[in-house]
Amino acid sequence: MTQSVLVITEQQNKVFRKVSFEVVSEGRRIADSLNGELVALVIGADVESIAKDLGQYGADKILVADDSALYDYTTDAFTDISAAAAAQTDPALIIIGASSQGKDLAARLAARLDAGLAMDCLAIKDTDEKLIFTRPLYGGKIMAQVEIEGTPQIAAVRPNVLSTTKTAGSGIVEKIDINFEKSRTSVVEKLIEEGDKIELTEADVIVSGGHGTNGDFEAIEELASVLNGAVGASRFAVDEGWRSHNDQVGQTGKIVSPSLYIACGISGAIQHVAGMSTSKTIVAINKDPEAPIFQKADIGIVGDLFEVIPKITEEIKKL
Amino acid sequence: MNVVVLVKQVPDTEALIQVAEDGKSINTDGIKWIMNPYDELAVEEALQIKEAHGGSVTVLSMGLKNSEKILRTALAMGADKALLVDDPLAFASDSLATAKILSAALKEIPFDLIIAGQRGVDEDNYQVGAAVAEYLGIPQISLVVKEEISDGKIRCHRTVEGAVEIIEASLPALITTQRGLNEPRYATLPGIMKAKKKPLETRNLADIGVEPASVGMDNRRVKIVSLTLPPQREAAVMIQGETPTELGAGLVKILHEEIKIV
Ligand SMILES: Cc1cc2nc3c(=O)[nH]c(=O)nc-3n(C[C@H](O)[C@H](O)[C@H](O)COP(=O)(O)OP(=O)(O)OC[C@H]3O[C@@H](n4cnc5c(N)ncnc54)[C@H](O)[C@@H]3O)c2cc1C
Ligand SMILES: Nc1ncnc2c1ncn2[C@@H]1O[C@H](COP(=O)(O)O)[C@@H](O)[C@H]1O
Repeated sequence: MTQSVLVITEQQNKVFRKVSFEVVSEGRRIADSLNGELVALVIGADVESIAKDLGQYGADKILVADDSALYDYTTDAFTDISAAAAAQTDPALIIIGASSQGKDLAARLAARLDAGLAMDCLAIKDTDEKLIFTRPLYGGKIMAQVEIEGTPQIAAVRPNVLSTTKTAGSGIVEKIDINFEKSRTSVVEKLIEEGDKIELTEADVIVSGGHGTNGDFEAIEELASVLNGAVGASRFAVDEGWRSHNDQVGQTGKIVSPSLYIACGISGAIQHVAGMSTSKTIVAINKDPEAPIFQKADIGIVGDLFEVIPKITEEIKKL
Repeated sequence: MNVVVLVKQVPDTEALIQVAEDGKSINTDGIKWIMNPYDELAVEEALQIKEAHGGSVTVLSMGLKNSEKILRTALAMGADKALLVDDPLAFASDSLATAKILSAALKEIPFDLIIAGQRGVDEDNYQVGAAVAEYLGIPQISLVVKEEISDGKIRCHRTVEGAVEIIEASLPALITTQRGLNEPRYATLPGIMKAKKKPLETRNLADIGVEPASVGMDNRRVKIVSLTLPPQREAAVMIQGETPTELGAGLVKILHEEIKIV
């Protein structure tokens, strides 16, 4: 059986998403334990120049599919190319970052290759015989350890969870000529959100607000800003129209795993906690000492968020 | 415009999920089952499309007999027909097998558009929609918050990290839902009464021509080795202090000196 690992990376405007370095680093680790080669795939327009950067994270070979028609992600073309790269590499494992794009691609590719897919994994463990993938179910209320029958196995790994590791290596860049069908979907326009907002699922720090904010997110925005973090929200805050749907954290919103999650004026409903329980450190600020959120937090402050948060911001600025 | 909506039942999001004795499945005792919230969005969108363009809305589910309840709910919301694939041999199928079964069942239903949830809030697989689209050979657009149909084309707003993409495809196509798409309506009493008379048909695997050897528990590509509860956190350290300044300073001290995140 083949022992190589194929990682499919993601870039936009010739900048790799951080999760791309995470999947390459993880791929290196697994390839070493399988004694196999690590092949990275880069798909895009005019991306040959950035491809070599993946060598620094341990890619032995970097396949580049470069075409002006590949500037935007489309399910059809990217699946065709990924499937062709898989046929060429015959990998034991394919790793993809579970971003919006990555999830879309991984799901379609798994069906194309008739391969088992562990979606949105938090960890890949190589035991003697098998790879074991850890993935949260029910929005994180439970963890599953799964294995995959058949080859290739596909893992889509959650962004921001695996670490990146630089190596001394430098990969060989190889342009590949792949025929792909013209995509049946076309991107008409891309509306970029204002400012350089940090994406929730990629943020290292998230400050979230709920009903307790009464719709006033100013203090939360400021704290998030000094922490270089993103702002999240409970469903209550979203349903009230205080925040956009994109900001909702929870079982029916985004599932996030930052290093630091600060929940402000959020009671700690099971659906909210499900979406953030894998965060490394959880801080809760709530004026009700009985609020269930304190049971899920590492650090708690009983207090009025409008009084406490500005002081936290002030103290951080002093550092 | 004939729209088919894929719906599945999932445990109520209020439910505490516990591991069953086999260590590989969840304890379903006392769990209330609901329509997957992302599928409610799908049903609502299908109804709005029908209201704007005419046509029909069919809801399709694979599941056990008790899935009839969510199909009746969809009929009560306004869907025209429901089809349930109920076969013990299909029980515990993984995403690929589920998609194979659903696409086989779709052979007898005419459609211009299929709407699925982005994910079931049970196993959070995010897979069945894309796999159905692949097996049927049609394009997919996932995470849709807005759609518009005209001249045999669908134009969708799709959420991605930090942006909204406007994507167009020719029909037939499959789209998956994202919160923000709509506010699902409630079934009204007259709706519930009418739903009782609407057609809800059942098929087994033989009816739709699916080999049992390719689906079900024994043929899962993705096998659950064990289920565990997430690591429990120790009791929270409560910051002590009389004034907001003391509380704030107390927190920042821990974040800075112990956790070293600021
Ligand atoms: C199908 C379904 C799916 C759901 N999915 C999600 C989901 O994905 N995400 C989600 O978040 N919810 C979800 N919910 C909703 C969830 O059940 C809760 O209703 C919601 O999380 C409550 O939001 P909250 O904590 O902001 O509000 P509340 O529960 O009202 O809590 C507000 C808290 O703020 C505190 N507070 C008030 N004023 C102050 C102040 N000045 N300073 C400090 N604290 C203050 C109060 O003590 C209270 O604890 C879902 C519900 C359903 C039925
Ligand atoms: N058993 C099923 N019957 C009908 N539709 C399903 C079934 N399983 C999944 N789906 C559809 O596929 C979507 C994604 O589910 P999943 O891939 O399981 O997360 C759901 O929101 C449904 O629209």
